[in-house]
Parts: sequence; C-alpha cells; structure tokens
Amino acid sequence: MIALLITVFGPLAGALLLAGVRRPGLAGWSNVMISAVSFAGALALAWQVAGNGPVEGFTFRIDALNVYLLVLTAFVGLTTSIFSRPYMRHMCDTGRATRHSMPLYHAMYQAFLFTMLLALSTNNLGILWVAVEGATLSTVLLVSLYRTPEAIEAAWKYFILCSVGIALALFGTVLVYFAAQQVVPDPAQGLNWSTLHALAPRLQPSIMALAFVFLLVGYGTKVGLVPLHQWLPDAHSEGPSPISALLSGLLLNVALYAVIRVKMLVDGSLAATATPHLAGSLLMGFGMVSFLVAALFLHRQRDIKRLFSYSSVEHMGLTTFAFGLGGPLATFGALLHMLVHSLTKSAIFITVGHATHIAGTQSMENIRGLIRTQPAVGWSLLLGVAAIAGFPPFGIFTSEFLVLNATMQSQPWLTAALLIGLAVAFAGLFRHLQPMVYGKSPESQQPVPVNALPAIVHLGLVLWLGLSIPLFLAQGLDRATQLITGAHLL
Amino acid sequence: MSWAHLTVLDQMMLALAAVVLFLSFALLQQARLLAAIHAFAWQGTLVAAVTTVVATRAGLPHLYFSAVLTLALKALLIPWMLHRLVLRLDLDRHREPLRRPVLVMIAAVALVIFSYWLVLPLVRNDLIFTRNIVAVSLAVVLIGLLMMVARQQAVAQVLGFMSMENGLFLAAVSATSGMPLVVELGVAFDVLVAMVLFGVFFFQIRQSIDSLDVDRLNRLTERPGEEP
Repeated sequence: MIALLITVFGPLAGALLLAGVRRPGLAGWSNVMISAVSFAGALALAWQVAGNGPVEGFTFRIDALNVYLLVLTAFVGLTTSIFSRPYMRHMCDTGRATRHSMPLYHAMYQAFLFTMLLALSTNNLGILWVAVEGATLSTVLLVSLYRTPEAIEAAWKYFILCSVGIALALFGTVLVYFAAQQVVPDPAQGLNWSTLHALAPRLQPSIMALAFVFLLVGYGTKVGLVPLHQWLPDAHSEGPSPISALLSGLLLNVALYAVIRVKMLVDGSLAATATPHLAGSLLMGFGMVSFLVAALFLHRQRDIKRLFSYSSVEHMGLTTFAFGLGGPLATFGALLHMLVHSLTKSAIFITVGHATHIAGTQSMENIRGLIRTQPAVGWSLLLGVAAIAGFPPFGIFTSEFLVLNATMQSQPWLTAALLIGLAVAFAGLFRHLQPMVYGKSPESQQPVPVNALPAIVHLGLVLWLGLSIPLFLAQGLDRATQLITGAHLL
Repeated sequence: MSWAHLTVLDQMMLALAAVVLFLSFALLQQARLLAAIHAFAWQGTLVAAVTTVVATRAGLPHLYFSAVLTLALKALLIPWMLHRLVLRLDLDRHREPLRRPVLVMIAAVALVIFSYWLVLPLVRNDLIFTRNIVAVSLAVVLIGLLMMVARQQAVAQVLGFMSMENGLFLAAVSATSGMPLVVELGVAFDVLVAMVLFGVFFFQIRQSIDSLDVDRLNRLTERPGEEP
C-alpha cells in the first residue's frame, strides 16, 4: 500500500514542489529524482502484486492488468525526465522557451505523470474520468509552451477536442452508474470497477451498450482513433519533444486502458444477449480504420514529429483492433504491443528531439545525413524506426506476429487488410527515413550534446523482448490476459 | 405516460428540466456574448434547482451540498469569470450571429428527437420517468456540442462546452441521484481548472491571431503544399 501511495502521490507532491523551484538546473534534477522515486515505488508494487495478488484499498485496485502499465508509465516518465533536462536547457539557451516557463513546465510534467498513474491505479470509474480529464488539463499548457501561433492552435484544438470527447465519456459513466444502481445495493460502491465486474451479468444490457458507445467515443478521442484523431498530430508536433514522448508513449495507453476496463464490464453484461460481441466489433472497426488511414497518412507527412504521431495512431489502431478481436492470443499480443510500442515510440521521440536540434528544424526535407553528422542520433533513429516498422529482432515484430496469428485463426479475411496496412506503413516510414539518415548532410548541421542513454535503454529493452520475453513478464501478461478474457494463453 | 401519477416534486423536476433545455436553445442562437453568459448562468441556477428538488424528493442530504456546489460554480463563479474576461477583452459589444440560423435550429431540434430515440432502450416501466430526464439532459449535452461546432468565437465555444457540462450534471443528478461525492468534487475541480485554462488561452489566442475567431486558427493542415 505504501509503495502504491509513493508511486501515485510522489509526482503530485513533486508537482507542488517544482512549481516553486525557479532555478532551471535544480528543477531539472529534482524532476529526475521525483520520477525515480515514483519508479522505485512502482517496482515495489509490482513485486507485491506478483507475490500476493491484487492490492486493494482507498478506492485503489492494482491487479495484473494495470500493474505492468503502472511500471511502464513510471519508467518512461523517468527516462523521459532524464532526456528532458538537457533538452529543455538547450531550448532555454536557444530562446524558444523562456526561463519563466520552466517552473510551469516541470510542475505540469509531474502533474501529468500523477494524473496518468492515478487513472491507472484507481478502482473507481468516476475517478478514472477525473484523472483522464486532468491529464488533458495538465498538458495543454505544455503543448502551447513555445507560444508560436502553431503551438497555440495545436493546444486549442487539443483542449477543445479532448474536452468534448471526455464530456461524452462522462455521460457514459453516468449511464454505467445508472445501470449499477439497479443492482448494486450500496450507492457508494456503484462506480467501483471490481464491484461492477462481479455483478456485470446483471447490469441491464441495453443501458450498458449505450454507455459503451459514449465511453468509446470519449476515451477513443484520447486514444487517437480515426476520425477522432485530429488533435493528435498537431499536439505532438508543436509541443516540446519530451511531452510528445509522454503523450505518445503513455497517455494513449492510459486512454486505451480505460476503454478496456469498460469493455470488460460491457462484455459481461451483454454475454447473454443476441449481440455478445458488440463492444469487440466496435473496437475492431474503429481499430482497423485507424490503422489503415494512419498508414496511408504516413506517406504525405513533411514534419518529422507529425510522421511519428501518425505512426502512433496506426499502432494504437492495431492494438484496439487486437483487443476487439478478443481471445487469449490476440489479447496477449495487444498487451505486449502496448508495452513495446510505448518503449519504442518514446525512444523515437527522444531521438527526434535530438535530430531537430541538430538540423534546427522539424521539416524532414531539411534533416539530412544524420548518421554522418552525429552517428549516435542517426543510428538510434534508424534502429528505432526499424523497430517500430516491425523488423524481426525487435519486440514489435513479436506482438504484431501474435496479433496476425490470432487474426488468421478467427477472422482470416482480415489478415490481408492487416498485411497491406503493415506494408503501407513500412513504406511510408522508410521513404522518409532513408534520406534523413543516409543523405548528404548540409554544412549547417552541427552535432549537439546528447544523452543517448534513455533511447539506448528503451531500444535495448525492446530488442530483449523481441528475442526472449522474461518469465515474470510473460506470466504477468498472461494473468492480465486471463483477467480480460477468462482464459490463459500459456 | 400519464402525468397524474407523478408527484408535485416530480412534475416540478420535469418542468425545470424543460426550461434547462429551452435555455440551451436560447444560448445557441444568442448573438451577444454577455446575453449568452447570462443565459448560461440561468441554466446553471436551474440545474442547481433541480438538484435541490431531487434532494427533497429522495431525502438525500448530500445532494444539498452538490446543489450549493453547482450554484456556486455554474451560476456564479464561471459566469462571473467569463463576464470579466469578456469585458477585459473588449468583447462586450461584440455581436456574432449564427451563420446559418435556420439550419442550426433544425439540427438542434433533430438532436432532441435523436436523444429521445437513443434512450428508448430504457424500457422498464419504473424507468419511464427517468427516461424523460435522461433524454432532456442528453439533448442539452448534444446541443452544447452543436454550439461548439456552429460557433467560431472562442468564448461562445467555451459556453457550449460549459453547457454540455450542465447537461451532464443534470443527467447525473436526475437519473442517479448524484454521483459519489468524491467524483462530483473531482469533476467540479476539473471544470474549474478548465475554465481558468480557457481564460489563459483567450489571451494567448488573441495575442497570436489578434482575434478570438478560432476559424482563423488554420495554419496546421494535412495538405502538403500548404504547410507553413
């Protein structure tokens, strides 16, 4: 329990503390330290859950599904904070960000981590909603940090679209609570996920189906499902790179996690009706459309961060599709995919942050020959993109392979669409990557001081997961699979 | 459904909810920002009134608290903040009629009908009363959404968003006798923070495009040739 409180509330205390720290150097280091404390707490928590099963109390509930996402969130929060320290100092030195905005930046960084960890660890669907909305609120000012017209436009779009989406999710939550009141005796328990999950077969199916549509549209906006993804490329491309890494690597996962939790309730409620797979079919539809549309959009990008944000839409689409497909194999693949995609994508955004510093622009036409200017950045980008495109030794290949396998078993005719989408995405990424890494580097490109450690650690982990998944992780994911689908894979 | 079955308090609730819906229409077509803010404040007051009625009817003391919270937040604090912002941004004489008033109004009516159609599945007999209220609150939510789409002015869009929140409060209070207190406080906190951030953004947007017409925020596009 103490580990849980440290993990979740450490960042909250950090946010309050950092709001008052005026010296950027000190704030940067404190940011790293607080994230490290939170990560240590998450590890201890994972140890407890692995040993003694779910941890419950104070409206929190940590089980197999959210514990690995908690560890992942705290871990990426830590590595990104290591990257963010020199990155933001460079931004201050070059005048894109002002020193006055640094307390805001660091406080919001921690507040953002806090809302995500809270959303993952709470057992209450209402608090989940409050936390996901809080995640939007804490990042809008970060997206507009540079105060360029583009940044302000991106932040406004992000704010409005996500607020509207999340308002619809609140309506869905109210409907769930309404359905719960007919069966749950104590109204205070009516939004507790574990209570609802136990009573799911008795929840009125027609209300739950309606609620799911609202919740899917609401949280789906944050997942970046097409056609609700409009905010995502803008917010990713205009915000500071550390924030892009967190948004892409973590926030999308948290939103998808909310959808999965709700889907489990709806599946239980609809099991006895004529349309037991309604939730799954909706997820498959949205997921497939997002996957294919985003893969096509990769081809027409000019901005390097927009390129990779569309790649995030594509991967979230694939994960959503796999969760919709259901069954142990697809679900295991989807859980693994969330993990490896987070690690890879945040590594890519970290590297892209360095690349844009080297070239002084985000326009891909002007980023050339990175491997010559600064081999560490060039190689990281090359390997990161190879991983995200699903090349064999990396973990994404494994998870995509599992999802493809599951598709072949249950919906063979959709395999073709998946394969075409993967090929299109692959081509879309590499046509842009090739000149950026190998081309002739212009005179103006100068090496910048980089800390390549976060990207190397992330890519190393993804490589490790591709070669062999360690037993404790496989068992953890298997328990989560069992929780979602009711059947073991291993 | 026969109205004679309903108690006086139930009838009062339905009447108040109907006025909330009416105010949504008023808000939607109001061209002057200050008048729209006043309509919004009245809407908040009515939602607080519905909460009080529900509290009396069901004998739930914690709902009195949430009625006071709604009144303070939706009828006083947020309208006051918006009012001040509009004055500080010199927008108090600003008029911005809807571009296609007839079409928007017909769409709003269609949304009300759609809301009633959507809640049809709540068929059980004892739920019929609730069905009405849920339909009305869903209509308020959707009209708020329509307002955000139909209006180009940032303040008007925020009003649309806030009236969506009013609809959500109405749904939570009337269909479920209010959410658990901790959730309600959390939602109220989020709404308040959102309002403060909206205020910050009004100034940032005005600084950046010298207007609050968000249609002119159009530098980020998907077409390759047009990117800045």
